[in-house]
Order: sequence, then structure tokens, then C-alpha cells
Amino acid sequence: MNGFLIYAAKRLLQFLFVVFTGITLAFLIAHFSPVDPIEQTVSLLTSFGSTDPQAVEILRESLRELYGTGGPLLEQYFTFWGRVLTGDFGPSLSSFPTPVMTVIGRALPWTVGLLTLATIISWIIGNFLGALAGYFHSSKLLKVAGIVIMALQPIPTYIIGLSLVILFGFIWPILPISDGAQVNLAPAFNWAFISSVIEHGILPALTLVLVGIGGWFISMRSLVSNIVTDDHVVYAELGGVRSRSIFSQYVARNAMLPQVTGLALSLGNVFGGAVIVEFVFNYPGIGKLLISGIYSGDYSLVLGVTTIAIIAVAAAVFVIDIIYPLIDPRVKLG
Amino acid sequence: MFKVLRDLLRYNKEFLLGTILISIILALIAASFFSPYDENAIYVVAPDMPPSAEFWLGTTSRGQEVFWQIAASMHNTLFFGIIVAFVSRIIAIAVGLISGYIGGRTDQIIMAVNDTLGALPNIPILLLLVFVLRDQMTWFMLAITAALLGWTHDSRLIRSVALSLRHREFTRHAVFSGMRTRQILIREHLPYVMPIVFFTTMNNLIWAIGLEVTLSVLGFSDINRPTIGGMIYWANAHSAMVSGVWWWVAFPMLFVVILFLGLFMLAMSVNEYIDPRSRLARMGA
Repeated sequence: MNGFLIYAAKRLLQFLFVVFTGITLAFLIAHFSPVDPIEQTVSLLTSFGSTDPQAVEILRESLRELYGTGGPLLEQYFTFWGRVLTGDFGPSLSSFPTPVMTVIGRALPWTVGLLTLATIISWIIGNFLGALAGYFHSSKLLKVAGIVIMALQPIPTYIIGLSLVILFGFIWPILPISDGAQVNLAPAFNWAFISSVIEHGILPALTLVLVGIGGWFISMRSLVSNIVTDDHVVYAELGGVRSRSIFSQYVARNAMLPQVTGLALSLGNVFGGAVIVEFVFNYPGIGKLLISGIYSGDYSLVLGVTTIAIIAVAAAVFVIDIIYPLIDPRVKLG
Repeated sequence: MFKVLRDLLRYNKEFLLGTILISIILALIAASFFSPYDENAIYVVAPDMPPSAEFWLGTTSRGQEVFWQIAASMHNTLFFGIIVAFVSRIIAIAVGLISGYIGGRTDQIIMAVNDTLGALPNIPILLLLVFVLRDQMTWFMLAITAALLGWTHDSRLIRSVALSLRHREFTRHAVFSGMRTRQILIREHLPYVMPIVFFTTMNNLIWAIGLEVTLSVLGFSDINRPTIGGMIYWANAHSAMVSGVWWWVAFPMLFVVILFLGLFMLAMSVNEYIDPRSRLARMGA
């Protein structure tokens, strides 16, 4: 147990360090800004017509503190941290005067749901097929499957997504290619809404799975084909252990460990893929929010989403690191 | 070198296929130097013409020939990837070799920083930077930024090799005979990590080009430089799929797939060639 505590403390430190670096980077980038976001935003806002002057003042104040104008840099840095820690990014310009955090809060469940599901599915399928392909390396069927999976892997997420849109939106229109659910349905816990969410999620999730599966497949296959020649596997074979249990308990179990670590390392990239997928399918998650924020010049929203994305990815990595000892008992012994 | 290439082409199907696919792309790039139009000129041919004998791959709604646009785009896109790969290789080699050679606490600190940078999500950070800099984000700046984000994974690989070289006899000989650290790293250790560098270059090229396609598809790249992603961006802006100008979207996508498959096949076969274990497995040992 002691070993686990030291391990967890190290991971927590790493998590805090990643968040600290990411937020600092975001702060520095925001301060690069050659244009003055405050005047630009306020003039954009007032050109829309009548607005609540008090809300405009709040927007001006939060932009000043987020993008920083005047005052010593260190002081601005601490004010920025204050904003991040309280989750107060001020009102959003594109949905004025709703606070940025409310907008993000609405979008976050979509992204988390889509990403979690797609990542887990592609991890399981990729590793399972990869392990089979490494263990039964003379199987014709697995070889063909491997070629298809590996051919999809290097292609950019956007191209795969667009191909699916063309395929299932134009050529053979059977699935919805836009939005997270039917537009006129109110979010509720009933079958109509849930089935609509599932139906709308198929293509975005499929895109992420198609892109994600290849990497797991390739690394799992090479891991397994190395482990198969290990002494303990040969010994088990000679001892007459059934090949099914050799595969699952002697080979796959060992090969899984680096793949879990790999999952934690890949999450940053997976999130990038999700941004693109949400853009292609007009999916109401934070990736789409980020891109539409950029298009509409919504400074507080863009910074808010970036910060939340950095924290969320680091947190997800931390969670995987913490459950890692469950599958690798060596960590507990320290 | 020549013999190795010949053997690879003869016995390694992936390498052969990859070479063919990349040759198509290289031929296109070579053709881009003989383009009859300026790469940025618009309304030089009749718009919205389907593929025909006159316009091989059709024309866009902006009056450009799809074929010559793709040729110019491939040229720019590949060049972007090469710059990113080159700069990030230098960083990865320097960090990896130094960290591995010094070892100990310094190595731990460098690797902690390395892993931290690697754990940050690239796309949101890049998008924030592009958003903040706007028009000042030139094509070259973008390449350098991408290079600064894309070395962490590879420097870890290089470092793991450098770590094992540190205790080898020839390193000790070099130290005792008075070689300076920089000389040891460059003359003695660099050759050992070159195979890894070569393999990671291919992967980095794929990553960098993918990043460029992604950003320009969203419309966040230099407007005055046609790229494959930029072509798709303009096609979307003109709703090409809805108005039936499918060749404006389909052909760029086709060539992106050719480019990525080609690079990937080459990377795979080179990796296999470098790793003797997989070569043995192929021979059936």
C-alpha cells in the first residue's frame, strides 16, 4: 500500500506540473496578442445594438484580466490564475451575456461522452485484434483485417470524417451527419431523445474509432509477437496449458501494460481529433465551441475552452495513471 | 545503399507500394514547377467544369484547374512537413542525446519537462496561438510552432538509446582520450541513433502534414499559399458537395490519402528493416 501512495503522489505532482505548464503557456500566448482584444470585442458588441451596460463592463473587466493590459506581468499572471481557479472567464461574446463557463458546461458532457466512448471502443478493438494478429500470425483473415486497419491509421481525422459525411450523407443518406441530437427535441431522459443522441453519435464516434484503432493494433501486434517467444510462454506451451489461457493469461495480460500507459500518453492527440470531428459533424461539444469562438472573435470563450481542455486532458491522464496499479500489481510493491 | 534499396524494392511489398505512391506525389510536385497558372490566380479557366480531356480533374468554382491546384498544394504541404520534421529532429536529437549522456538527476528533470510538454493537447494550444496572432501567423511561424510541439515523443526514444551508450567502452575511451562532450555526442553517439531518427522523421512528417491539413481545412493557415487543406476549405466555403462540384473535394482527398499511405508504408518498411527481429519473423524464423 505504501508503494501505491508514493506512486500516486508522484502522479499527482506530475498532474499539477502539467496543468501549471499548460496554463502558463496559455497565459503567455494570450499576452502575445498584437491586437487589443478589449476594444475590438466591445466595439463588436456595441455594433450589435442595445446591450446592458453593466454586462459590458463585466466583459471589459474580465478581458482585461485574461489578456492583460498594463500593470506588472507577475501581477497579471496571478490575476489570471485567480480567474482560472474560480472558473470565471467572464461573459461570452457570441452568446452574450451568458458566462463562458456556462457555455462550456453545456458543451462539455457531449465531448466527454463522445471521447470516452470512442477511445474505449477503439482501444479495446485495436488491442484485441492486434493481440490476435500477433498470436496467430499465420491467419489470412487477420492479415487482411490488419492491412485495412493500418491503411486507415495515417489518414487525417478530417479526411475520414468528410468521407463518412459524403458516404452516409450524400451517396447513401441513412444517418444524420450534423448536430448532437434532433434539433427540435428537448434534452430529457426519454427514449426519443436518447435514441436520437445515439443515432447522431454513430458517425462522429465511428470516425474517431477508425482513426484510433490502427495505432493500438500495430503496437499490440508487435508487443504480442515478441512476448510469444518468451521463455514463460514456451514453458507453458510445453507444459500443456491450453492455448486459450496462454493467449489471455500469459500473453495478452503482459502486453496490455504498456498499452494502458500508451492510452494515457495519447489522450492529448485524441482530444485534437475530437475537435476536428466535432467541427465536421457540427457536434455541440467544446471542440466546436472552440472553433466557432475563433470564427466569431470571442476572446474569453477561446481562452476558456483552451484552459479547460488542458486541465481536462491532464485530469484524464491522471485518472488512468491512478487505476494503472489495478492491472499491474508490481506498482503496489513499490 | 543502392543494393539495400534494390533488395527492399524486390522483397518488401510495403516498401514497393510506398515508393510507387510517393513517386506519384513527387511527380505531381515536379509538375507544379511547370504550372501554366500562378498558384494564387483565380478565374483563369471556366468555373465548375467537370473532369474532361481539357481539364483532367475538372475546375473549381473559383476558376482554377483542380489538377494544377493539387500540384501546387502538394508542393507547399510537403515542404511544410519537411521543415517541421527537420527542425523538430534537431531538437529531439539534442535533447535525447544530452539527457541520455548526462543521466542521473539532470536526465530525470529533462524527461519530466519532456513528458509534461508531451502531455499537453497540441491542437487547442495551436488554435489559441493562431487565433491570437491572426495575420501575423505566417506559414513559416506555423511550421516553427509545430516543430516546437512535435519532438517530445522522439527525444524520449533517442534518450533511451543514448542512455545505454553512456556505459559502453568506446564512450569511456573517448572521454579518457580527451574528447569534448559535444564531440562525443556528435561523432560517437549520433551514428547509433540515426536509424531511430530516420524512422521517427517519417512519422513526424505524417504528423506535421496531418496538422497542416487540419489547420488549413479550418481556414487557419496562410490564405496566400494553396495547400491541400486550404483547397478543401475553399470547396466547403462554396458548398461544393451540395452544388455537385464533387471533383473539387474528392480529388484533393484522394491525393491526401495517396500521400499519407505512401509515407506510412515507407515508414513501416524502414522500421522493419531497422529492427532485425521483425526481419527474422518475416523470414519465418
